[in-house]
Amino acid sequence: MADMKVAAYICQGCGLGERLDTAALASVAKKEGKAAIVKEHAFLCNADGIKMIRDDIANEAVTHVMIGACSRRAKTEAFGFTDVCVSRANLREGVIWSQPETDEARETTQEMAEDYIRMGCAEVKKMTLPQGDPAAVTDRTLLVVGGGVSGMTAALEASKAGYKVVLVEKSGALGGWAAKLHKRTPGKSPFKEPQETPVAEMAAAIEADANIKVYLNAITSKTGGAPGRFEIEISTESGATVVEKAGAIIQATGFELYDANKLPELGYGQSANVVDQAGLEALAKAAKGSPIKRPSDGGEVKTVVFVQCAGQRDDSGKHLPYCSGSCCLTSVKQAMYFKESNPDIDTVVIYSDLRMPGNGEDFYRSGQEKGVIFTKGNVSSVEAAGNQCKVNFHDVILNDQTAIDNADLVVLATGQVPNSGVDIDTKLKAEIAAAGGDNSLMEAYSASQVEGAVQPISVLNLTYRQGPDMPQLKYGFTDSHFICFPYETRRTGIYSAGPVRRPMDMVQAMEDATGAAMKAIQAIENAGLGRAAHPRSGDLSYPIFRKEGCTQCKRCTVECPFGAIDEDEQRFPLFNQARCRRCGTCMGACPVRVISFENYSVETVGAQLKAVDVPDEFSEKPRILILACENDAYPALDMAAMNRNVYSAFVRVIPVRCLGSVNTIWINDALSNGYDGIMMMGCKHGDDYQCHFVKGSELANVRMSKIGDTLKNMSLEEERVSTFEVAITDIERVPQLINDYAALIQKIGMSPMKGF
Amino acid sequence: MSENYRNNFLKEVEERVEEGHWVKMCMQCGVCAGSCPLGPHWAHPPQEIFMMIRAGKREEVLTSDSMWMCTSCYNCVVRCPRKLPITHIMHGLANLAYRLGLSPKNQTTQKFASMFWNNLAQTGRVNELKLSLGMYFKDGFAQGIKNAMAMQSVGLGMVKAKRLNPMELFGGHGIKDKSGFHAMLKKAREIEDRRKNFA
Amino acid sequence: MAKKTYSFYPGCSSQTKASSDNYLKSTNSMCKYLDIELKEIPDWNCCGASIGYAEGGELPRITLSARNMALSEQHNPGMDLVATCAACWLSTREAKERIAHSAQTLTEANTALAEAGLTYKGNQAARHMAEVLVEDFGFDELKRGVKKPLQGIKFAGYVGCQTNRPFGLAGESFENPKYLDNLVEAMGGEAVPYDQKVTCCGGALAFSEPEKSQKQIKDIIESAYDHGAEMIVTPCPLCQANVEIYQGEVNKRFGTKFNIPVTYYSQLITVAYGGTAAEAALDGQLIRATRLEEIAKK
Ligand code: SF4
Ligand code: SF4
Ligand code: SF4
Ligand code: SF4
Ligand code: SF4
Ligand code: SF4
Repeated sequence: MADMKVAAYICQGCGLGERLDTAALASVAKKEGKAAIVKEHAFLCNADGIKMIRDDIANEAVTHVMIGACSRRAKTEAFGFTDVCVSRANLREGVIWSQPETDEARETTQEMAEDYIRMGCAEVKKMTLPQGDPAAVTDRTLLVVGGGVSGMTAALEASKAGYKVVLVEKSGALGGWAAKLHKRTPGKSPFKEPQETPVAEMAAAIEADANIKVYLNAITSKTGGAPGRFEIEISTESGATVVEKAGAIIQATGFELYDANKLPELGYGQSANVVDQAGLEALAKAAKGSPIKRPSDGGEVKTVVFVQCAGQRDDSGKHLPYCSGSCCLTSVKQAMYFKESNPDIDTVVIYSDLRMPGNGEDFYRSGQEKGVIFTKGNVSSVEAAGNQCKVNFHDVILNDQTAIDNADLVVLATGQVPNSGVDIDTKLKAEIAAAGGDNSLMEAYSASQVEGAVQPISVLNLTYRQGPDMPQLKYGFTDSHFICFPYETRRTGIYSAGPVRRPMDMVQAMEDATGAAMKAIQAIENAGLGRAAHPRSGDLSYPIFRKEGCTQCKRCTVECPFGAIDEDEQRFPLFNQARCRRCGTCMGACPVRVISFENYSVETVGAQLKAVDVPDEFSEKPRILILACENDAYPALDMAAMNRNVYSAFVRVIPVRCLGSVNTIWINDALSNGYDGIMMMGCKHGDDYQCHFVKGSELANVRMSKIGDTLKNMSLEEERVSTFEVAITDIERVPQLINDYAALIQKIGMSPMKGF
Repeated sequence: MSENYRNNFLKEVEERVEEGHWVKMCMQCGVCAGSCPLGPHWAHPPQEIFMMIRAGKREEVLTSDSMWMCTSCYNCVVRCPRKLPITHIMHGLANLAYRLGLSPKNQTTQKFASMFWNNLAQTGRVNELKLSLGMYFKDGFAQGIKNAMAMQSVGLGMVKAKRLNPMELFGGHGIKDKSGFHAMLKKAREIEDRRKNFA
Repeated sequence: MAKKTYSFYPGCSSQTKASSDNYLKSTNSMCKYLDIELKEIPDWNCCGASIGYAEGGELPRITLSARNMALSEQHNPGMDLVATCAACWLSTREAKERIAHSAQTLTEANTALAEAGLTYKGNQAARHMAEVLVEDFGFDELKRGVKKPLQGIKFAGYVGCQTNRPFGLAGESFENPKYLDNLVEAMGGEAVPYDQKVTCCGGALAFSEPEKSQKQIKDIIESAYDHGAEMIVTPCPLCQANVEIYQGEVNKRFGTKFNIPVTYYSQLITVAYGGTAAEAALDGQLIRATRLEEIAKK
């Protein structure tokens, strides 16, 4: 690469010229920022301004550009030079829009601007241009695991879009749960009647599709590689094993019904006339359109009772705690089976809440029109007596302990239990804790393993360092970013679709599978271009690792939220670029700082925070460093400024990819450089996380909880380092947080670490 | 066999009660129950009545005085997410209970409703004085004197404001075509009785 | 020729010397000022109100309204049917809609009507006088006729139930209809916001269940007072009667000292348009609306 030549451009537009002394800024860029070329411009983002920069790049061999203008989130196209490194000093949102336009504020406003120029110059000099991955490859084949409606939908959609599909199904036929149904709940307007299942039609379409290769009676016994180049061993029942290649994977392994044998109090196992929803479908199928008979004696069915939420939404800890979101619809449908054959059959649905997703409300109304009786109540027990059952329940509306004593059939609405494979999280959590020096979790985990307990069977059998299946969020459902990117799991290029991701009905499962197929195609193409997936889609940088310095502490391998890092034979971390989301969590984790990106590293941030001019103890001008997540907190700050919500002039903001990328060295450096306080702003973490990199902000919090010792060693107050959860909508709250914090710092007093 | 949660009463309601076919469409949200102006005085608010019908509680529903608490304010109707014509169902249930002789004895609103109808059916228009006197004497003569005395100030005030005509007692308002009117109502009643299976 | 002509259904309570005699008188004055001609439906009958159900049932009730509409169609063709009483309007419009939705009801109603030599066709709209004012005139137009603005008087616009629900005026909300307030303001008065604007006065149950209903009436008046109103105005004769007549009873029962006049919008308009107290039938108030009388005298 040619020698580094830095050019700094300072914009006077958008009021910058009036509010700031741009000539002084230019001289800061020249003298302190050591920029070879420094230019001011009245309107930098207009054609003339851009041409000026372009000309300098072409004629003056400029390699690094510092733009002192608006936020890096504005004018991205105009300033999106791909042939030079670019840094942005946020003078508009970060300074003039967030500071009061008063004479008294002029001095501190100018100081702020000058610091951002210093920071911009320091940052850009530490950057190199991302080269991308010259070895990027991709295979335009999609592997689909699971041949139910979700899996078949994904396969057909991908094929329609021109991709090859390998479909692996464990059983001997396609169709999954849907194949067991007499009819399905409606998927089409007017959503009033049960419909034929789509199984036969879809299976025929798959058979006729040359793009789709189907393995029946087969499992994925080994899955290795990365997006673009997965290698999958497929073992068939006959013992034969074949290897297929794929660019992306969809896991659509569905669910099993919660075991009704665990519900003897509801009569299951006590009478043949108590069935679960699958049992009723079997009866309906067997009846072939004629009236469903009473299982115990083949007698006529006059009264059917449906018990909703059987073993679900249970807070006793004995059964499933969640709602499966589909069984209410199913009960309405099943009640219609009876109403269809004879409207005089009494069908009573006893529910605690009816949940009718999508157009289910129309279906519910249709059930009511047909005379299905819905009553809000809690069933306490079902007693079998001869060929009838007595259903004891509390009618909640009438506050009546009552019973239906002549039920010929009782149907239990049990829930969906996902087929998600092995839970890798317990062990992973223990490993993360162990890497941080806490072995208690690991010991507990090992203790739980020695018993000859039945181990769940892996679905994907991934060869990933972090474990054979996808991480789960709760109750065994695979983790995916619920709020913003529901399809993205924590294994890049591997998507989960249908009820394995969350409980759902068939309409939703088909939608889900279609979405997953589209995302999988995107992953296949991204892999070919060496680009990151969301949320840094298109990013060409990736973690570069200096093996020589590595202590094999394993922090990066266990903490990577996306399982991107394996281990080589010598137990060094082995980065898989195509699996990586570029969050920088590994960089934040590494105690010896050997992981970096070309354009984002310990140095690019470190240099910025060191470039800030920290006034002495007696100046009464504290300095507060804000490390703000670029996904939510930084935009919130920008938007606050757009609304002219002013905040303290003593803060200096550095955007970070994710709080997970914050290396504790930055905290140490900032404190020893005399900063009076550090605010870390990241996304919400926990089960309802909003962190774009899922685990980043959580890990950052764990790390920061341990910073106490460092502070003690430096004789500093704990409050000097604080973390905050900030959402992108917090445009009123963020300035308030800053001001409150600034007041707090004022109260504690200036840091004694200045001027060392 | 118990009638619990069987459809028999629901079917009867559908056949014999004004707008009764809507009862099965109630989704038990309870909005109506919170909307009645005389809410605290309803033993069973509309939501509950609908559930009782579906639970087969014929006797309890028809002997209840709940429906008679309806002021026809239509609050429930405009708020019901399922658009049930609740007011009319209440009227219809009250009517059914009355026709079957099941409504509570001495229910004042029921008496007033009957009086009102009979009053208008006679002359085609309501005679307010007769109606009010009738109301005061509904519980017998002695109580009537007491009631009327209690409301005397009101009555005299109304006369003074020319809003109550003492002469109405001897005739007063009425329509001309009384015979046509009576024949019309008789016919309507006949059709209704046939349709709703009242002998 | 009058500017606008309507087929008029006064209803029982608005007959001469009936409980809302003052409503009828002031409506006639108001219409004179607005150049509205009201052609009374010959030989109209009671609508059945919403209390006739116990004895009357469904079809007989519908037939009552069908008779009025049939007479109106026959004698006042080409006009909209207009009622001033909320219950009259409601029953009429409801019957109209029921018949429109069911061919069977139409046949049955006409079978009954045939006994009186009538046929119902369903070619007239059934409207309330408030609709006529708001929709056919509009507030700007109504404002133009004001000669004596009702300046400085604070009104609680009490819309109540049946002018408001289930039909109400197009574009108005059921929970907070605004037209009555707008009307008050158009007449130069001040409409105070208060929270019992659409509370039920007890309706016919004020008569049969006095204890229970008087609580309603108390709440309405109390809220009007609390929000600074000195007068209540309403479009409904039953509301007017219940809230005005029972104030003494309410005072006895609850120890209150209510004495608030309850007027009709038609009285307000008549006074604002320069009508006399007699024209506005202010002598028909049990609780005299002195402030209106003063303006009328000026
Ligand atoms: S948008 Fe940015 S670059 Fe353009 S004039 Fe404003 S501050 Fe300068
Ligand atoms: S969908 Fe219905 S039956 Fe199923 S768990 Fe949820 S509420 Fe219960
Ligand atoms: S940047 Fe993030 S996704 Fe990539 S290897 Fe590091 S921790 Fe994993
Ligand atoms: S690269 Fe860093 S974090 Fe990863 S194992 Fe080596 S020392 Fe540990
Ligand atoms: S109309 Fe009758 S049932 Fe409906 S809210 Fe009013 S009082 Fe209650
Ligand atoms: S408001 Fe309607 S749906 Fe709700 S409980 Fe009442 S009648 Fe049923």
